[in-house]
Amino acid sequence: MSMFSIFNVSGSAIGAQSQRLNVVASNLANADAVAGPDGKGYKGRQLMFETMPMGPDGTAGVRVTGVKESNEPLRKIHNPSHPAADAQGYVTQSNVNPVEEMVNMISASRSYQNNVEVMNTAKSLLLKTLQMGQ
Amino acid sequence: MLMFANLTSALDFQSKALVLRAERQQILASNIANADTPGYAARSLDFKQAMTEALGNSAGAGSTTTTPGLALSVSTSNQRHISMSPGDSASTLGHSQALGYAVQTQPSLDGNSVDLDRERAAFTDNAIRYESTLRFINGQAKTILSAIQGQ
Repeated sequence: MSMFSIFNVSGSAIGAQSQRLNVVASNLANADAVAGPDGKGYKGRQLMFETMPMGPDGTAGVRVTGVKESNEPLRKIHNPSHPAADAQGYVTQSNVNPVEEMVNMISASRSYQNNVEVMNTAKSLLLKTLQMGQ
Repeated sequence: MLMFANLTSALDFQSKALVLRAERQQILASNIANADTPGYAARSLDFKQAMTEALGNSAGAGSTTTTPGLALSVSTSNQRHISMSPGDSASTLGHSQALGYAVQTQPSLDGNSVDLDRERAAFTDNAIRYESTLRFINGQAKTILSAIQGQ
């Protein structure tokens, strides 16, 4: 199809990137969360991206195939005075690395901006095509 | 009929270029969309090759024309029938040789071969070329129009 499919391609990428931003936000919000009495702390989440073919000639969008929890061990901090400390005086926190999440956030927002710009360019080209012959 | 063909042959060339520019724009948009997808191989369109193919298909305009992607032919049984041009099909690059894979500039661990800087530059470049092709078409349409109106 004509350039209209650019909106589908970039739209799918924008959707995927905003979902990634959502996951980063939830990871950062829970970065300092303390594990409850069951000992299960918050585990950082990562999205899985996959290419989604959208046409016969190399046109491909993006699809999110799932959310995976990080396998890194939960952080243990020695703080005996903390109400959630265990018998040895350790407090279990999430395994989120805030620096990694900030980098992830910048990458996602830049990719989002890139795709918005692609859509704007496609839109202005299509509008000029509409004026053809006038 | 022949005179009209002479009038519009230049327009035909530009319209083929415009369709290919739109196809290339789509491929570049796909590459930018998949800049963060693991394992994605960047595609690239050899414009010269694609243009040669598009022009070569129209050169053999006999009584039957075949579209490359669909392998359908439209036969003309009467002199007054107009043969369908291959450019009319929705996708001109179905099995084209021109659509290849981009050369990887910086190998990455996740197998993604998109060079975002290159793709952005190519996208802007292609947008300007698309617009210039549009201007050529508009100019030629105005020329034809003034020839028809005789003013």
